[in-house]
Amino acid sequence: MSKLLEIEKLSISFSQYFKGLEQRELKVLSDLTMDVDDHEILAVLGSSGSGKSLLAHAILGILPSNAKVSGSIRYKGKEMDDELKEELRGNKISFIPQSVNNLNPLMKVKEQAIGYIKDEKDKEKIIKKQREIFNQYNLSEEVDEMYPFQLSGGMARKVLISTALLNDPEIIIADEPTPGLDEEAVKETINNLVELKEKGIGMILITHDINTAIETSDRIAILYLGYVIEITDTKNFSGEGEKLLHPYTRSLYRALPETYFELTEGHQPSYQNIPKGCPYHENCSRQIRECHYELPELREVNGTIIRCFNPLGEGD
Amino acid sequence: MYLNANNISFSYRKNKPILKNISISIPDNKVIGLMGDSGSGKSTLCKVISGYLNNYTGTITIDNELIDKTGYCPAQLIFQHPEKTMNPKWKMHKVLSESWNPPQELKDTFGLKEGWMNRWPSELSGGELQRFSILRALNPNTKFIIADEISTMLDTVTQVQIWDSLIDYCKKNKIGILAVSHDKELLEVIADNIVLFNDINKL
Repeated sequence: MSKLLEIEKLSISFSQYFKGLEQRELKVLSDLTMDVDDHEILAVLGSSGSGKSLLAHAILGILPSNAKVSGSIRYKGKEMDDELKEELRGNKISFIPQSVNNLNPLMKVKEQAIGYIKDEKDKEKIIKKQREIFNQYNLSEEVDEMYPFQLSGGMARKVLISTALLNDPEIIIADEPTPGLDEEAVKETINNLVELKEKGIGMILITHDINTAIETSDRIAILYLGYVIEITDTKNFSGEGEKLLHPYTRSLYRALPETYFELTEGHQPSYQNIPKGCPYHENCSRQIRECHYELPELREVNGTIIRCFNPLGEGD
Repeated sequence: MYLNANNISFSYRKNKPILKNISISIPDNKVIGLMGDSGSGKSTLCKVISGYLNNYTGTITIDNELIDKTGYCPAQLIFQHPEKTMNPKWKMHKVLSESWNPPQELKDTFGLKEGWMNRWPSELSGGELQRFSILRALNPNTKFIIADEISTMLDTVTQVQIWDSLIDYCKKNKIGILAVSHDKELLEVIADNIVLFNDINKL
């Protein structure tokens, strides 16, 4: 196992006008640190509209120009600057976007899957490969000549996955691959992702659906208001959740209808109102004095990475 | 009291019905779960029952009386995306008082904070907005709540909070709930009965 991608202290913010010409900084991701190995799926779990997709865009270097980014992203130990990002994206790092809307509506499926090729000689090889991969996903030759609007949701998902595979990527970033699909298509998509992992690909799976995360991933990183609060082994999402150390993670798990449907008071504030200190302290049952003033650093406790001054133990 | 939808048929395009001869009955003291695949027409049924779509065939009655198609509809729909149901140029107190002014006690039950009243919809999170849209729907004239995937976009903690307070309030005030979702596990926890959409839609 080697570290394919390391992200360290990545922050993304936008400046926003709020009163006349007054501006304020809107932080969407703060101090994000995580890494992905080969043969591994890391799920990034956060609530909807929390800007998780921006993480994918930051790795690929396709953030809008008014975004402010700090921190570092390393690919196999090498710092990724804009040049390297451009070189890697679409080759070693592939992206499976959220929806069919990411396909060009005026282009046939095959044409946009293979993209622009300079050399005529290469073209044949690539077309052959595209056919091979499409066959693996049961996409018949008819699909090649279709326009995106003719595809069903499940088929479009397969087209997006197989397009991402065309250049033998080492890392795949999948952004919400399951919503909008019926149960069977979800299962199939999940199987496809796990298969890719077994072939050695390292994957970042961005999702808001805790069930998808549990079923596919090896580790789960939980985001709260743009902060990573815990990175834990997926196996810990089991039983009574006694191995989950952060209070928020444990309530998330115990609130699942399949487990206890347990009620926890408090609610997640909006991004304009991120509290000082630990972002979760207002709702936390285990808050201590420090939580109000100081942001806890990420640290390791029993193999779990956690951002908390007073984590839960197994007996709690 | 019962809300009865009898033999409802509806089509967006000629000769392509999406709902056919659907009958469903919602008692005022129960939560009925309606489960089905995406794109099967669950939301269309919700809109028909709560008066958003009018050119359907069949009847919708409450206590054997036809629902009046004008005025306040006693069956109120709560949508999946609260942000799309609010005027972005209205502050939250105006959004809420368009329907009614709930007593402070009720605001507390649903976790609405006083400080939110002077904010714009864009300044609240999805979970916070959904609390407003639920409370807005609980106007005293409301007899039934049609909840169309109201917690799909929310994290599990918020999901529990919202259903807990909604069901508690409705049971106390004899308001029936039709809970629509594709999440089987959720419906098994919250609903008294589960109806499969494909069983009642006689396409």
